[in-house]
Order: sequence, then structure tokens, then C-alpha cells
Amino acid sequence: MLYEELGGSSFTVITVALDKSADDARPWIDAARPSHPSLIDTRHVLADLYHIVNVPTIVWIDERARIVRPNDVGFGTDTFKHITGLESAKPLAALRAWVRRETPAFTETEIRGLQRLPTRDDQQARAEFALGEWLARHGRAEAAARHFTRAGDLAPHDFTIRRGTMPLRGIDPMGPEFRRMLGEWTAAGHPYYRPLPDTRG
Amino acid sequence: MSADDVFILIDGAATSEVPARRIEELAGGGDRPVAVDHEERVACLGVAAATRSAALASLEASDFALPDLAGRLHTLSEQRGRKVLLVAWASW
Repeated sequence: MLYEELGGSSFTVITVALDKSADDARPWIDAARPSHPSLIDTRHVLADLYHIVNVPTIVWIDERARIVRPNDVGFGTDTFKHITGLESAKPLAALRAWVRRETPAFTETEIRGLQRLPTRDDQQARAEFALGEWLARHGRAEAAARHFTRAGDLAPHDFTIRRGTMPLRGIDPMGPEFRRMLGEWTAAGHPYYRPLPDTRG
Repeated sequence: MSADDVFILIDGAATSEVPARRIEELAGGGDRPVAVDHEERVACLGVAAATRSAALASLEASDFALPDLAGRLHTLSEQRGRKVLLVAWASW
């Protein structure tokens, strides 16, 4: 596994599960038995801080806590290998090279050019999500659903909201409702995953 | 509903009780997003797009403190001095 190969004093992995409860994430973490921090984020704190709109999303952060590669679709630890569909070898090779200092990361200009920044609607959607999450946690499912729906309408590209709230609404996130939503989204010409352009391999 | 009706206000991890008329003031007159449920009398203040965008464009990785399965909090800042691959994933 990646962390065992590269981890140590100069590199670590931090995984963050955007799940409704620790118990939802627990089987995957127990199966992977990672020795790096494996965290649970029921309130989507990380999604808000880093404008994460789907999973898996990776960010490279350097020794000085600077973002050196912005949000990208990423597969690379056993924790989420159940999610398939995108090639992982190339981004992993790039990551290895960065950790081993064989290649520099992106320049700051390149990073800013590749970043997507949140809009007012994105942030309104996150406030609606946070309200819905609180209401759901306090047993007010019907009220929660109103705000999850509003959040999804405001940020239809945000699948941490549209798919990620399905378990809170009693909907199977792998089931027909998800497949219908995904079908409509892709039929309208939108991508479900939004990887960085292949500028550097 | 009156301006004196008391709402539960969620702001990050904190909650407080405030009269309805205070909610818009606390939102900075439209700077911060605010989501309101009038029936349940609960409101939630979010973070302004401009604030988040400025933080992201600064390229300084925002710190966070989140629990592991055992409930122990971990921060990004405790990894300073190491390169970090930050991975957001989910069981869904």
C-alpha cells in the first residue's frame, strides 16, 4: 500500500470519510487497517474547507502546509479501492515522484489556474446541508429532507450533497435513485468525476 | 412568526439560541449564507464564498480537527514538516 511504501518521517496519508456516521465508514477502515490517520467527517467540514464536491478527491499538501496540487479525482489507498472506474497508475506515479523529490509539484500559477473556487450557491448549498444534517441528527427527517433537496438544487454538481445525503434520507446510494440521478446528469453532458486535465501525467 | 421568536442557530460545531431578528445581523447582512427552517426554528450560518475562495487561492492548506474511529481528534497541522496526501472518500 502507498503509505507503507512512502510513509514515514517525510510523508503521510490522511483519509477523511464524508459519511453520515463512523459506523458507515468503519468496515472499510477496519478492512484496510491503515496506520495513517483515518478520519470521519459527518458534518462535511473538509468538503467546505477544500470545496470538495465528490469522492474520491485528493489534494497534495507540502511540508509547509501549502497546497501544491489542487483537488483531483484520486484513487490510491486500499481504503477506497471498492470504488472503481478510473485509472490509478499514472497519478500514483506522479505522487511517488513528488514524494521522492524527483519532480517538482505544480507552480503556484498553475495551481491557481486549475483550482475551482466555490460560488455563493455552493456555499448556500453547504449551509442548507449543514442545517439538514443537524435536523436529521435530531430526528427531524422531514425537515432535513427539505434542506437536502434545496442544497442539491443549488449545487447540482455537488455529489457529497446529492449522493452523500442519500443514506440520511433512507435512500440506497448505490440504488435506482442514484442511477437515475447519475443518468440524468451525464445525459445533460456533465461529468460525474472531474479529474484535473492531463497536463503533467 | 415574530422577530422575537427564538431559533437554534448552528454556526460550525457550535449552537446557540437567538431571536429571529438577530439571524440576518449575524450573517453580516448577506455576506455569509444562512439557511433557515421556519417550522423547526433552526437556522445555520455558513461561510461566505469570498472567504473560502480567498483561503483556497492563498494556497495555504486550511487546518482541520476531525476524529478517527476511536473519537481521537487529529489535525492537519500536526503533520507539518511532512508531505500529506489528503484523501476525501466515503462509503457511498
